[in-house]
Amino acid sequence: MNFPAIFRKKEKPAGWNQPVAVQTHGEGDLLEVAMGPHHPSTHGVFRMDVALDGERVIRLKPVFGYLHRNHEKIAEGISYLASMPYTDRLDYICPITNNWAYALAVEKLTGQEVPERAEYLRVITGELTRFQNHASSIGFLIQEMGASGTPLMYAFREREKILDLFEELTGARMMVNYMRFGGCRVDASSAWLDKTRSVVAGLPGFVDEFETLLRSNEILMARTQGVGILTPELAINAGVTGPMLRASGVNYDIRKVDHYGIYDRFNFRVPLGDHGDVYDRFMIRMLEMRESIGILEQALKEIPGGPVMDPKAKSRGFRPKPGEVYGRIEAPKGELGFYLISDGGPNPYRYRVRPPSLINLTVLEDMCLGADVADVVLIFGSVDIVLGEVDR
Amino acid sequence: MKTVEEIKAAIEAAVPGAGVEVVLNPSVCGQHSLRLAPGCALEVAKFLRDDAELALDFLSNVTGVDWPDKEVAEKVKVTRTATKTVDGVEQQAEESVEETRKHVEPGCLEAVYHLFSVKLKHGPVVLRMRTVNRSDQVELPSLTPIWRSAEFQEREVFDLYGIVFTGHNDLRRLLMWPEFKDHPMRRDYVEPDDFEFEPTAHDSVLARAQAHRAAHPEEGAVATQEEAKA
Repeated sequence: MNFPAIFRKKEKPAGWNQPVAVQTHGEGDLLEVAMGPHHPSTHGVFRMDVALDGERVIRLKPVFGYLHRNHEKIAEGISYLASMPYTDRLDYICPITNNWAYALAVEKLTGQEVPERAEYLRVITGELTRFQNHASSIGFLIQEMGASGTPLMYAFREREKILDLFEELTGARMMVNYMRFGGCRVDASSAWLDKTRSVVAGLPGFVDEFETLLRSNEILMARTQGVGILTPELAINAGVTGPMLRASGVNYDIRKVDHYGIYDRFNFRVPLGDHGDVYDRFMIRMLEMRESIGILEQALKEIPGGPVMDPKAKSRGFRPKPGEVYGRIEAPKGELGFYLISDGGPNPYRYRVRPPSLINLTVLEDMCLGADVADVVLIFGSVDIVLGEVDR
Repeated sequence: MKTVEEIKAAIEAAVPGAGVEVVLNPSVCGQHSLRLAPGCALEVAKFLRDDAELALDFLSNVTGVDWPDKEVAEKVKVTRTATKTVDGVEQQAEESVEETRKHVEPGCLEAVYHLFSVKLKHGPVVLRMRTVNRSDQVELPSLTPIWRSAEFQEREVFDLYGIVFTGHNDLRRLLMWPEFKDHPMRRDYVEPDDFEFEPTAHDSVLARAQAHRAAHPEEGAVATQEEAKA
C-alpha cells in the first residue's frame, strides 16, 4: 500500500543506508559498545555487542539467553495440558495467542473439533490481543525515540480497557490460561459481550487520535523514514514474519494463507508497506489495528450460542496417538508455531516453540549496518520482541 | 501442493543419488516428512528453494530431536538339542524354546526443518536428517547458506542438542553460556546439583591467580604477615 505522498517528505539518496568501507587506522579506532543487558531500550535482558566507527555501526552481534529457563524441557516433563498456563509466559504481552497456537497444534494432532462459539471467542480475544500488542508496541517505539510517556500512556489507556475485559472473562489480566484442547475454558456472558462491544466501539476513535498524533509528526518522520531498510528477498529468506515481513511488501498473513479457525469468514485486508523501513513497520501496525477492529465488529455481531467445549474432549487421561504435528498461527509478532511429537504417552516426547521474536532478530545486524548508533534503538524497537519468547 | 511421494520423485530426478526416504506420520494431520542423506542435503535444499513448482523459499522452523539408544527385547523361538533320560537311556531330542533376547538399537540426533512457500502459499514440507550416533559423529550439513532463517535456530540446536552443523559460519552457543559443557535438551541430561559449580568465566581468572600464587610464594607470605599484623 502506498502511503500518501504528504507523509513521505524526505527521500534519501539511494544506497545511503548501505554499509560503507570503513576507513580505520587500526583496531584502535573502533569502539565496542555492549548495549545491554540492562539497556532501557531492550525491554528486558538482552545484549547487543556493537562495534562503532564514530557513530556508525559496522558490526552488531545479539547475545541471548539471559532469560533462558528451557521452557521446552519443562514441557516435555509434564502433561500436555499442564503446559497451557506456561505458554502464557512466552510472549507475556499476548498470552491468548500463545494459548491459541498451542491448542491449535494439539487439536491438529488429535483431530479434535472446536465448537462454533469457542472459535468466535478465540477470534475476539485474539484480535483484542493483537490490537493491544500493536498499540503498546507503537507506544514503546515512540518512547524510545524520546517522546517520554505521552504516546505510550495513550496506548496503555486502551490496553487497560482490554485487559479489564480479559480479567472479567478469564480471571487474570495477563496470565489468562484461557484455551483448552477442543474449546475455551469458560464461556462469555452476554454482559461481557455487551461490554466488549462498547469497548470496540471506542477503538476507532482511539486509532484516529493516535494516528493523527503520530504519523505526520516531523520528528518521527525524520527519525524513521529510510532507517533500517529490510528488503523483501532478505526478509523471506531470513524467515521474518508478521508485521515486519508485510512492511517489506510481502503479502503473507497466516490468517489468509492457512485459514485456521474461522478466519475465512471475515472480511479484512492485509496492509503492505513498500519501503520496508521503520516508518512502514510503525504504519503497518497502525493499519492492522484498524483491520482488527473490523474483524472484531463482525465477530461480535455474528457470535452464535452453544457450548464452548467439545463435549467429547478429554481433560484427564489425555494421550494423543503417536505422531507429530506442526501447528502455527499469525501471532501479533509473527508466525508462532508449535512442533509436537507424541509417543502415545501423557507427556509430549518433543515440544518445540517456534518463536517469532527470536527469528525476526536474525536480520537485526543487516538492518543496523551503516546506521547511526542512535538508530539502533529505533530499529530494534520496530522489530517488536518480547524477551520471554526470545529466550524461552 | 505435491504429495511427499511426488516431491521425492522430483528430488531424485533433479539430484541423482539423493537418497531421499519418505517417513510417514501416523497422526491425522498427515504431515509426512522426507529424510535426507546428509551428503546431498545442500543440493536438495537448493533444489527445493529454487524449483518453480515447489518454491519453498521460507524455512520456518528448525529443531532437533533426541532419539537415545533403545534396548529392545524381542522373543525369539529357538530350537536346541537337549539330552533327556528316558527309561534309563540317554536320548538326544530337539525342542523349541522361547527366548527373550535383548539388543541395543543405536540412537541418533535428528534435525527437523519445516518449509513453506511464501510465493505459492503452500506447505509445510518437512525435512529430517539424522546423525550417525549421539556421541562422536554428530555432524550434519548446515542449511544456513540456503535459508538465512536457520542461522539462530541451528545455533540453538547445536547448543541444546549438540548437533554440529558444518558450513555454519558462526556456530556458537545461543542460549547457554559459552563455558557450559553439556546439552540440556538431550533426554539423558542430568542437571548439576548446583549451577554455581559449573565452570564460569571467572574460573580461568582464579586458575591464573592460583598459578601465580604457587610460582611466587613470597607474595603469599607477605600477605599473611600483613594479616598477622592486623
